Amino acid sequence: MDLQTTIYVMVGLSFSLYIGIAIWARAGSTSEFYSAGGSVHPVLNGMATGADWMSAASFISMAGLIANMGYGGGLFLMGWTGGYVLLAMLLAPYLRKFGKFTVPQFIGDRFYSKGASMVAVVCLLTASLTYIIGQMTGVGVAFSRFLGVSSEVGIYVGMGIVFLYAVFGGMKGITYTQVAQYVVLILAYTVPAVFISLQLTGNVLPQLGLGSMLTGSDVSLLAKLDSVVTDLGFGKYTTTTAGSTLNMFVYTLSLMIGTAGLPHVIMRFFTVPTVKDARSSAGWALVFIAILYTTAPAVAAMAKLNLHSTVNTAVVKGGDLYAPEASIQAEGRPDWMKRWEKTGLLKFEDKNGDGRIQYYNDKSKNEAAVAKAAAAGWKGNELTVNADIIVLANPEIALLPNWVIGLVAAGGLAAALSTAAGLLMAISAAVSHDLIKNVFVPDISEKNELLAGKIAMAVAIVISGWLGLNPPGFAAGTVALAFGIAASSLFPAIMLGIFSKKMNKEGAIAGMLAGLFITLFYVFAHKGIFFIKGTDFLPLIGGANPFFGITPEAFGAIGALVNFCVASLVYRVTPATPSHIQAMVEAVRVPRGSKLVDGAH
Amino acid sequence: MKEDLGSQAYWKETLKLLRNVLILWFLVSFGAGILFVDFFNQFHLGGYPLGFWFAHQGSMYFFVVQIFYYAWRMNNLDIKFDVHED
Repeated sequence: MDLQTTIYVMVGLSFSLYIGIAIWARAGSTSEFYSAGGSVHPVLNGMATGADWMSAASFISMAGLIANMGYGGGLFLMGWTGGYVLLAMLLAPYLRKFGKFTVPQFIGDRFYSKGASMVAVVCLLTASLTYIIGQMTGVGVAFSRFLGVSSEVGIYVGMGIVFLYAVFGGMKGITYTQVAQYVVLILAYTVPAVFISLQLTGNVLPQLGLGSMLTGSDVSLLAKLDSVVTDLGFGKYTTTTAGSTLNMFVYTLSLMIGTAGLPHVIMRFFTVPTVKDARSSAGWALVFIAILYTTAPAVAAMAKLNLHSTVNTAVVKGGDLYAPEASIQAEGRPDWMKRWEKTGLLKFEDKNGDGRIQYYNDKSKNEAAVAKAAAAGWKGNELTVNADIIVLANPEIALLPNWVIGLVAAGGLAAALSTAAGLLMAISAAVSHDLIKNVFVPDISEKNELLAGKIAMAVAIVISGWLGLNPPGFAAGTVALAFGIAASSLFPAIMLGIFSKKMNKEGAIAGMLAGLFITLFYVFAHKGIFFIKGTDFLPLIGGANPFFGITPEAFGAIGALVNFCVASLVYRVTPATPSHIQAMVEAVRVPRGSKLVDGAH
Repeated sequence: MKEDLGSQAYWKETLKLLRNVLILWFLVSFGAGILFVDFFNQFHLGGYPLGFWFAHQGSMYFFVVQIFYYAWRMNNLDIKFDVHED
C-alpha cells in the first residue's frame, strides 16, 4: 500500500471508531451533554478532559516551537500543565459546589448582576474565538498534508469538517468518544517518539532517551544537538531562553492562569459527581496530559537533530559541517521534503546555485559561524521549515513505516477536531443561553435557542477560518494569546469571587474590563485590531514589546495583575456586597451539601 | 455558633495547605526551571542539565504529585472538620 492510501485508511478507521462509539454510547445512555461526566469513572473522565484540552496547538504545533526555541520552549510545557494545579486547588472544587454550568452564570450569580455576566460573555467569546483561530491554523496544516493541497485549501476543507462535526455530529459531549480520541491521539504522539528514541539512543522511553547517550557514542543527545546547532549559528539548544528571563516568567505565568480561566476547561469540572471528585479529576486529567507533554520535548529535540542530519551528512559522520560535500544535493533530497513542499510550509531555494541544500542561521550573531559560512560560499539559508509541520513530518524525517505516518495524521486531526468542537460548544452556550436567553429574549423557545447556538457556531467558524488564513502566529503562539486573554479577564474575577467574600459587582466588572482592555490593546498593537493584517499600531506605543520587553503572548499575566489591582481599588469606594451573597460564598467553601447538577439550566 | 467556628477553622487550614502547595509549585517551575536555571544547569541528571530538566520534564512530574497530595489532604480535612459530602 502506498503512503497516501495508508493515511486515508488510518484516518478513515479512526473516524469510524469515533462514530461507532458515538452511536453505541448514545443507545446506552440518554444522559445528555451537560451531565456526561456524572456516571463516568474519574480516570475515564480524565482521559476525556485530556482529549478536550490537547488541541492542535499541543499536538501539532508545540513540539515544533520547542524545537525552534530550545530551552525557552519549556514555557509551553510548564505553563500548560502548571495551570492544572491552580485549577484543582483554587477553582474546580468551589465551582463544583456552586453548581452552575457556565462561567458567565457563576459570575452573574456571584456578583449579583446581569452586567457582570455580560462582561464575562464578552471575555469568554474573545478568548474562545482567538483560541479557535489557532486551531484553524493547525487544522489547515493537518489537512494540507493529508490531502496534498496548499494550507489555504486545507483550512477551507477543515472549516467544512469542523462545522459538520460540531453542528450535526453526535460526538459533542459524549465522553466515551473523547476517550477514544484520547487513545488515538496519545498513540499517534508516543509511538513515533518511541521508535525515534530507540533509533537514536536505544532507550524505549522518550522521556529517558532525551537524557541519554547517542547510540554507539559517549556523547549525550542534548550535548550533540547543542554542538551542531551552535556550530551552524543557532542559539545553544539547552540554554536559549524565550526573550528574557522576565519574559519567560510572565509568559509561563500567563499560560498557567489562562489554563485556569478557559471556559471550556472549567466547564468540565462543573459536572463531576462530587466536590471530592472535582479535586482528583483534575489530577487524572493532568496525568494523561503529562504523558504527551513529557514526550513533547523529546520529540522536539530528536526531530531537530534528525532534520539537521538529513540535510547535513556531517552531523552523523562527524567532521566539518561546512564542507561542500556535507550538505545534501537538492536532486537527491528525500521524498518527504517534496511532499511537504506542495503544502507551501517547507521551502527550498538554491541561493548560491551549487545544487546543494544549506540549512543554517544566516542571521547569526555568532561570528565564528558567520565567518565559516562566508568561507564556504554559503549565500543565505536555503531551507525554510514551518514550525507547525515538525510533529506531522517527524515520522517521515525519521523514515518510519507508513502506518506510523498515517497514525500521526489521524492523531493530529483528532486533536484539532475535538478541541475545536469543545470550544464551539462553549461559544454557542454563551451566545444562545447566557446572552440571548438571559438578557435579550428571556422567553425564547428551546428550539430557537438551539438554532441560535448553531448559528453562533457557524459564524465563529467562518470568522476564525478567515483569520486563520492570515494567522497572527504559529498555532501554539495564537493559542497562547487566547490564554492571555482568559488569564487577564476571567481568572481574577472567578478567583476573587471565591476567595474574597467582600468583592462586589463594581469591583469585578471594572477589573474584568480593565484586564481585558489593556491586554487586547497590547496584543492588537502587535497583531492588528482583531488580528486583521495591517491594522497594527506599534508606533503608537513605541515599537515592539515596549513593556519591559514582554511579548504580546506573555502579556496576560500583566493584564491579570491590572485586573486584580483595579478590582480591589474599585470595591473600596463602592457599596458593599449584600450579606446573602457573602453567606453564599461561605457556603461554597465547604463541600457538604453539594447537589448533583441536573440537566436543566 | 459552634459550627460557624468549625467552618472558619476549616477554611484557615485549607488556606494553609494551599499556601504550602503553591510554594512548592512555584519553586519547581518558576524557581528551578526559570529564575535559577543557570545555577541548576551546573548539575546533570544523566544527559540532562538539571535546570533544563526541571523546565522540560521535572516540574510536570511535581505538578501531578502535588494535585494528588492536595486532594488527599483535603479529603482528610473534610473528614476532620466533618464537612465532607454524605
